[in-house]
Amino acid sequence: MIGILSNVVSGILTKVSGFFGRRSAWIPVFAALGILVVMMVGAQVRFGNFLTPRLVSSLLLDNAYLMILAVGMTFVILTGGIDLSVGSVLAFTGILGARMLVEGAPVAVVIPVMIVGGSLVGLLIGVLVQFFDVQPFIASLAGLFLARGLAFVVSLSSIPVVEPSIVWLQSTRFSFGGWYITPTGIIAILVVVAAALVLGYTRFGRTIYAIGGSEQSARLMGLPVMRTRLLAYVVSGTCAGLAGVVFAASVGAYPLNGVGTELDTIAAVVIGGTLLSGGSGFVVGSMIGVLVYGTIKGIISFLGAESSWARITVGALLLTFVVVQRAIVARSTRRR
Amino acid sequence: MMRILKHRLTWPIAALLVLVLINTLSRASFLQVTTLNGEFHGSLIDILRNSAMLMLVALGMTVVIATRGIDLSVGAIMAVSGAVALTFIESSPTPGDLSTVAIGIVLGTLVALVLGAWNGFLVAVLGIQPIIATLVLMLAGRGIALLITSGKITTINSPPYRFMAQGYVFGLPFAFYVSIAAVVIIVLLERRTALGVLTEAVGINPVASRLAGVRSRGIIWGAYIASGALAGIAGILYSSNIMAADANNAGLFIELDAILAVVLGGTSLAGGKFSLAGTVIGVFTIQTLKTTITFIGVPPAITPVFMAVVVMIVVLVQSRRLRSGVARLVRSVRPTPPARPDLEVTP
Repeated sequence: MIGILSNVVSGILTKVSGFFGRRSAWIPVFAALGILVVMMVGAQVRFGNFLTPRLVSSLLLDNAYLMILAVGMTFVILTGGIDLSVGSVLAFTGILGARMLVEGAPVAVVIPVMIVGGSLVGLLIGVLVQFFDVQPFIASLAGLFLARGLAFVVSLSSIPVVEPSIVWLQSTRFSFGGWYITPTGIIAILVVVAAALVLGYTRFGRTIYAIGGSEQSARLMGLPVMRTRLLAYVVSGTCAGLAGVVFAASVGAYPLNGVGTELDTIAAVVIGGTLLSGGSGFVVGSMIGVLVYGTIKGIISFLGAESSWARITVGALLLTFVVVQRAIVARSTRRR
Repeated sequence: MMRILKHRLTWPIAALLVLVLINTLSRASFLQVTTLNGEFHGSLIDILRNSAMLMLVALGMTVVIATRGIDLSVGAIMAVSGAVALTFIESSPTPGDLSTVAIGIVLGTLVALVLGAWNGFLVAVLGIQPIIATLVLMLAGRGIALLITSGKITTINSPPYRFMAQGYVFGLPFAFYVSIAAVVIIVLLERRTALGVLTEAVGINPVASRLAGVRSRGIIWGAYIASGALAGIAGILYSSNIMAADANNAGLFIELDAILAVVLGGTSLAGGKFSLAGTVIGVFTIQTLKTTITFIGVPPAITPVFMAVVVMIVVLVQSRRLRSGVARLVRSVRPTPPARPDLEVTP
């Protein structure tokens, strides 16, 4: 009896270790998921009313824009680049849309313009990176300055968004039981699903991983490196434009919106297990990273602690994950 | 003539001169320096004083970038050092005492130095990418500063502390002397000893320099410590200028300005060769640009657009691919003597 049991256990263990051996890239994602679960359960034990349907639903509602940004950022980081412009682009597209609405443009025009505006900034960064060999950090820095400045060109003060169809995105709640989801949450989830499918199953997605793994090899394999890298930045810009719509719906438009959001986004992506050196990571991980970030914020506000602790905790968590990733990479290179 | 054109400081200096020229043309008083109670005043003096903070930060950034790194945390370190110094001075019974102020300044700088050492530890010992290693502190640093000031803006009333940023010595702002002292110390350390060459070696090829016996770990670590300490002093200057520790706004975006100053000065972000003189010119260029923008009546909020344009022009001029493309274009337009195969340059 004991023999059978130990056989079963060791069988499971080999299966598990075999699973992770083949999919070492998933380990950080599961680690992030583990931390998320531990944090949620811990908060539930501590406060007793943390895991209510209302609170968990609001987690998605409050972080929908961050999730969309993180998806775009994942594309860029997977190619080995970085996009610092997303926070500014979010502010720029938001204020641009709000201004156009005030001037009387129809929503059917405004929303596409906002999204395309984001794409254009992404395209600019991509062109600088791909065609002029500018470092992604600097190129997207130019994008950050440009978008932030343009936001102020559009308007120096905040513009309230009262257009019913945009407010609808945030205020409508499809509820079932105590749970609810807003159209912004649905958009965020759709973006995650679409991005996961694109990265996992399309030629474009696989090329992104190939570039991040080794650009030289990707080029020698005849993969369209130029087009793909350019598109990665366009995807990130487009996501930032979309996030601008979502953010404007929830908070309104202000040229100083989203200062520092690029750092939160990068932190969420890294916590979600994407390697900053590129080539390894998953959109689902980034989603979990955003949820971890949101949960930390929730716990801090539950504790009634100063909100500055949230940033410190995110910083510490980021550090932990980077060190863990570092260990994983070191191990896998040694194995080779 | 060609040698002058090719010198790497030519273009940064030219950019600075063009800016000065634009300013002088648009208002004659730009170059004017007046004396008031033996103190010099005028736009140029303002630029000297206001550039001190950026100068300190950009110097540290230059050394860090030379080792193939980058330090995003300088703004946060500025916030922390200002918070430490002001909290100490505020809580002491004699905030106006010179010794109290001195201890406060030393404390703030020491804490900044420790934070720099932390960055260096992450990069040099744990081998974490510099962007992400310093991002940790950039995120957490302002939170720490807010905790130190317990979430409010600490203000003090202390004449010696005010002197740091607003005082005059021999007719020139004291802050200017601080930045000049930092420049001299860094130049002596980097250029009068082998440290500069070793730093460049680490930046050009870390592996080769390690194999050649360069202790890259210590050099990288030292670069981040220097950057942290210099940012700390800059934080003191900032808080002295407004006589308050503002954890949210101290040194906001200064890391971007500093990186820009370094790049403007001709130091490549890819690491290796660095130019301290270039950085000094880059800092003055940025400060003059900011003054210009304010003067021509552009709302300060739109400054980023100009910065973006400057960044793009600079990186495009530095881009090797654009240069070779232009060179090819020039060659194709101007009929050249038949090419000798041994001189053929493959793009």
